[in-house]
Amino acid sequence: MASTSPSAPDRGAPRISVVDLDMAYGDLVLQRNLSFTVRPAEIFVVMGGSGSGKSTLLRHLVGLKAPARGDVLYDGQSLWTADPTEREAMMRRVGVVYQRNALWSSLTLAENVALLLEEFTDLGEGEIRDAAALKLALVGLAGFEDYYPSEVSGGMEKRAALARALALAPEILFLDEPSTGLDPISARLLDDLILDLRDGLGTTVVVVTHDLASIQAIGDNSVFLDPETKTMMAHGDPKALLADPPNARVRAFLHRESVPR
Amino acid sequence: MHRLTFDTAQLGAWDTGLLTFVQHLIDESERAGVEVDRTGLPVDVEKLLELASAVPTRVTAPEPVRLSWLGRAGTVVIGIGTAAVEVLGFLGEVCVAFAGLVTGKVKIRWPQFGLLLYEVGVRALPIITLVGTLIGIILAFGAVVQLRQLGVQIFVADLVGISVAREVGALITAIVLAGRTGAAFAAQLGSMQVNEEIDALTTAGIPPVQFLVLPRMLALILVTPLLTMYTDLFGMVGGGLVAVTMLDLSLTTYVTRLVQVVALADFAMGLVRASVFGVLIALAGCLRGMQSGRSATAVGLATTSAVVTSIVLTIIADGLLGMIFSVLRL
Repeated sequence: MASTSPSAPDRGAPRISVVDLDMAYGDLVLQRNLSFTVRPAEIFVVMGGSGSGKSTLLRHLVGLKAPARGDVLYDGQSLWTADPTEREAMMRRVGVVYQRNALWSSLTLAENVALLLEEFTDLGEGEIRDAAALKLALVGLAGFEDYYPSEVSGGMEKRAALARALALAPEILFLDEPSTGLDPISARLLDDLILDLRDGLGTTVVVVTHDLASIQAIGDNSVFLDPETKTMMAHGDPKALLADPPNARVRAFLHRESVPR
Repeated sequence: MHRLTFDTAQLGAWDTGLLTFVQHLIDESERAGVEVDRTGLPVDVEKLLELASAVPTRVTAPEPVRLSWLGRAGTVVIGIGTAAVEVLGFLGEVCVAFAGLVTGKVKIRWPQFGLLLYEVGVRALPIITLVGTLIGIILAFGAVVQLRQLGVQIFVADLVGISVAREVGALITAIVLAGRTGAAFAAQLGSMQVNEEIDALTTAGIPPVQFLVLPRMLALILVTPLLTMYTDLFGMVGGGLVAVTMLDLSLTTYVTRLVQVVALADFAMGLVRASVFGVLIALAGCLRGMQSGRSATAVGLATTSAVVTSIVLTIIADGLLGMIFSVLRL
């Protein structure tokens, strides 16, 4: 059974702080006034219905989209006012698993993992090959090193994307809808792996998902984005939110009820 | 009529056609102020109608403010300015990447580069052979009657040799490459945008221009002059076919005349043209791919735009180079 920490413990200063963040595409505002913190070695869940801006929030957190207003801080240092070298150094601490996996299609699974090791470590060719094989084995893909992304199933692609995200042993791991396309057993294994990473390596994990089982199984802390009011409607331990929803929309989401109209 | 009631006692099997009809009746009745009594409807129909009406009305965006002519002109200028900044930014990144390659700061993945060269160069040979030969035949064939009338059939070698070596070979190669390789680059990079592969490179700290654009541009820039020489050769072969079969010249006479009249300077002009065209096609294909939106339609538009941009730029550059060569009396 997947174990979770009893509650969001205070593990020191925030690893990530989101400060008064507004997200917009041109005139289309997705969310306003988002403010929350993610603490070290915490599994933080960004939840909400379709179109609430969960994936866009992730793009703001990993430096792909500039905020309309507000900022994102890594250990107190601004991501969006940092110079390119500083931002690159901040991003070096981060691993990302994208919703569409985003494996580099011209490279094999092992090469996908190895590319980062080649670029950012001094390891030799043999060591890189071994390290890439080990990362793939960690996610259950031993023996698939020489396959191209187009030659494996969606679930295997997802796991390979996770192996690539773990290549440089990141301090912070972002996962965008990680259970999409996975069967229930694989989704459960992924949850266990995320917990192992947190417990074993102290990795801070930010998961964007609307998978209720996963939210309750692994989440230490969470934020609920609402597409109607365009702001965060709830913030806290997802188990506490499940037991005592702050309003009808959060209750409907967490309890799979009909949406109140 | 004051009241609409339903009697469905005789109703047998039904499908969504009934729902559409009943919904239409109810809407019309409500619009006309007629009271609707739904009690006669089967329970399942009633439930489905409720479900359909429970869908929240789509909130449409407010009508855009209609701008005055000055506002519209301003919007267009801002759009052009933004696009220009984007293109300049891309050019800057490409220059930095090439500078990095020269100074050894940027590495090329040679196995992947070899595959690119094969894809861009070797696999283009059949179409280049066909098009080159046909262009040579067309050029020579168009002059057959006039050359015969004047009794100067031998000049077919001058006509085909000089025009192909100086300009036509490079131009035809560029148009084939724009349609074949420029389009492929835009489609590949556009698909990578859709699959978030370019985002993954960015967050991993690997500049996409260095990893994706640089090897593609380098491959096309290297291959275009080589393919142009190949087109030149087959253009002259095409001209030779007409010379031998329609102008009663021997192959030796045709080849001897070609060697006499086509100077190395003619080939050099063609190769200068080819080098410039190669850069333009590579830039247009990669730029449009990197600018692509994140949908299948956007990738299609990027591909079309890459071909159109490449061909327009090639023709403009051809005209400008022609003028420069003319001024230099080449």
